[in-house]
Amino acid sequence: MILLNSREIIGGLNMAERELVIPGDLLGEGIAGSGTYMENGKIYASVLGLAERKDKLIFVIPLNGIYSPKTGDGVIGKIEDVAFSHWIVNINSPYFGVLPLNEAVTDFVDLTKTDLTKYFNYDDIIFAKISNVTKTKSVQLTMKDRKCRKLYGGRLIKITPAKVPRVIGKGGSMVEMIKKYTGCQIVVGQNGIVWIKGEKEDLAIEAIQCIEEKSHTTGLTDKIKEMLENEEGGNNGTKANS
Amino acid sequence: MEQKLIVDGKRLDGRALDQLRPIEARAGVLKNANGSAYFRIGKTIAVAGIFGPREVHPKHMEEAETAILRCKYNMASFSTTERNRPGPSRRSKEISKVMREALMPVLFLENFPKSAIDLHVEILQADASTRCAAINAASIALADAGIPMKDLIASCSVGIVEGHIVLDVAGKEDTEGDVDLPIAYYPKRDLITLLQMDGMVTKEQLKQLLELAKKGAMKIYEIQRQALKSKYMEE
Repeated sequence: MILLNSREIIGGLNMAERELVIPGDLLGEGIAGSGTYMENGKIYASVLGLAERKDKLIFVIPLNGIYSPKTGDGVIGKIEDVAFSHWIVNINSPYFGVLPLNEAVTDFVDLTKTDLTKYFNYDDIIFAKISNVTKTKSVQLTMKDRKCRKLYGGRLIKITPAKVPRVIGKGGSMVEMIKKYTGCQIVVGQNGIVWIKGEKEDLAIEAIQCIEEKSHTTGLTDKIKEMLENEEGGNNGTKANS
Repeated sequence: MEQKLIVDGKRLDGRALDQLRPIEARAGVLKNANGSAYFRIGKTIAVAGIFGPREVHPKHMEEAETAILRCKYNMASFSTTERNRPGPSRRSKEISKVMREALMPVLFLENFPKSAIDLHVEILQADASTRCAAINAASIALADAGIPMKDLIASCSVGIVEGHIVLDVAGKEDTEGDVDLPIAYYPKRDLITLLQMDGMVTKEQLKQLLELAKKGAMKIYEIQRQALKSKYMEE
């Protein structure tokens, strides 16, 4: 079933598409992308993952790992602390995010009179964008984006951040499909936190966990579609019987 | 009467002089760890867990430009025939330290500034070469956790028993043998990242010992790779 070693030779180069590699594996010559390192002009894998090649660029998609903040990422975070003019946000990473007041609220706020918890309180869940990450890994957040908002209710699940692209799918196809079948609202943060709200939360969670488990296999969209369809059919069946 | 440890080129457990004990390795055995591994060589069992990269506590240990690696080696109180006192000891502190130094050269710690990677290794059953089993398990666990590294570190021990050079010292050979020499090997660069020894050897013998140890380590290296691959290959 799994086609990890599908020996498809690309551009006459002796490297399989999507090959499972282990740190230290030789990947050939070219430009070293993420998940690789260069030594003596040759590229080696630095993480456990699936090696891919695009023209000269060689990179490895990791199969596991923590979230490392990147500028432009949309993340789901929890308000950890409220300071005088900013919030400290836990973004499921070794580094916390800082959300300054002027990046969160558009109207004028008199700091001497206002309690900032009226905007975001402790333990509130927000979807924010990372506006800047410095070299020393201090992370700046912003709410100045169409998608950014406070998330009310619902449920949060954690997935491996390396598998987020799988859950989203090509151009959001996977998450759109789950939304369609379950009727849930789903927000996926790049940091591996997924927010789900709706009647069929359980089914949506099951589907997402299934994606996480089988993320390295091929034909994933079809498998999940089948799973969702079966589940729906099963539920309808029981309703008809009762 | 004293029992001979080597008879007709065979050892107490029936192995040839340059043969490893049966090995079993698995990746991803602990649910709550970011990465984990199980490594068994003969009757020695080690389980390693990686936690992190995560925030550093206490804060003063934080490094601004790199992650820190904190190793903890522990022997379970039931791991030996005589119950050993639980808790840190001089021995476990030493092994934690040399283990950390054996693994450091392959890690890209600068990718995670201001964070800590915690490595815990538990020896569930001890029958010689526990530090080697610990390093082997740790190396698989680090790769399983998705931590960038240059290569895997493989480790094994060699020794001299009754005048014979042997690979993978086990059981009685450890307590009654003349020399016990564990190494950790960084195959890609042909580097030895850990070398400890008790006993006395000549220069010639040491060369032979290291040669054999590298060979043994390469076999273990293959098994480690296989363990990582099989986590994702099976349905």
